[in-house]
Amino acid sequence: MLYQPWPWYVSGPLIALIMAILILMGKKFGMSSNLETFCSMGGAGKFTDYFKIDVKSKRWNLLVVLGSAIGGFLGAHWLSPNPAVDISPKTVEKLQVLGFESAGKAYLPTELFSLESLADPKVWIVLLIAGFLVGFGTRYAGGCTSGHAISGLSNLQRPSLIAVIGFFIGGLIMVHLLFPLIFGS
Amino acid sequence: MKNLAYIIIGTFLGVVLYKSEAASWFRIYEMFQFDSFHMYGIIGSALALGVVLVYLIKKSKIKSFSGETIIIPDKEKSFTRYILGGTLFGLGWALAGACPGPIYILVGAGYWPIIIVLVGALLGAFVYGILRSRLPH
Repeated sequence: MLYQPWPWYVSGPLIALIMAILILMGKKFGMSSNLETFCSMGGAGKFTDYFKIDVKSKRWNLLVVLGSAIGGFLGAHWLSPNPAVDISPKTVEKLQVLGFESAGKAYLPTELFSLESLADPKVWIVLLIAGFLVGFGTRYAGGCTSGHAISGLSNLQRPSLIAVIGFFIGGLIMVHLLFPLIFGS
Repeated sequence: MKNLAYIIIGTFLGVVLYKSEAASWFRIYEMFQFDSFHMYGIIGSALALGVVLVYLIKKSKIKSFSGETIIIPDKEKSFTRYILGGTLFGLGWALAGACPGPIYILVGAGYWPIIIVLVGALLGAFVYGILRSRLPH
């Protein structure tokens, strides 16, 4: 059971529990603000006051980050004898058209996330731009999936609903309009 | 002691997101193709319980474990920053197949190219900080 992929109706409620525990500890569930904390630690305060924050007050969240990396290690190396993600056959078909032969056979596409894939400079550019959009977008919107889609919507915040609608506008444009341009031959 | 608690919570979060496959690029693509209920089930069931738990925490005026009043601040009112920032984030989420939590989780899992995504994300957050005063919010 533990070694199989966990079903949504187990994972979703557990995520809500994690959020509630953090609230009960006087904190909040939000992963993207850590990006700012890292910038501050790296000396970004020299460039703009926005990054002049008290890093000590954010330490708890960096520990959550450390933990989540440990969790990723445990999940991948101890709890997942078979890493293949059983995505829908329709999805596999669409991805094969785009050149993702690893669809349905791996946890992440080897075309983007294997060391061999890094021989192609295009992969570096794709990953760097993707990350940039994540970092820029999440700070502009003031939150990511955890901060808006889970925490904000759980607190019935209209701004979070607008942000989540934005997440979907962006995601749908990327997958339906831009993927064929980026990955199609 | 409290430090250890945060690490354990993070570890639990990492295992849950990894094992639920919410940290899989493939699941994010599948979600934006509407080919499976899986991701909607995760977010939907998290929200269903989350709404109830947040309501109960607010209604009961329960104190935090360390005895302080719990304040869950409202998000600042605006439209522009949420729709523009949200759309940019969505573009990145779909391309990277990972949002900030899963990025850290995948570093731990040993998918090394995700570090390029992390560097990009730090760069993006930094550039936002620089341009912030000139962007419409």
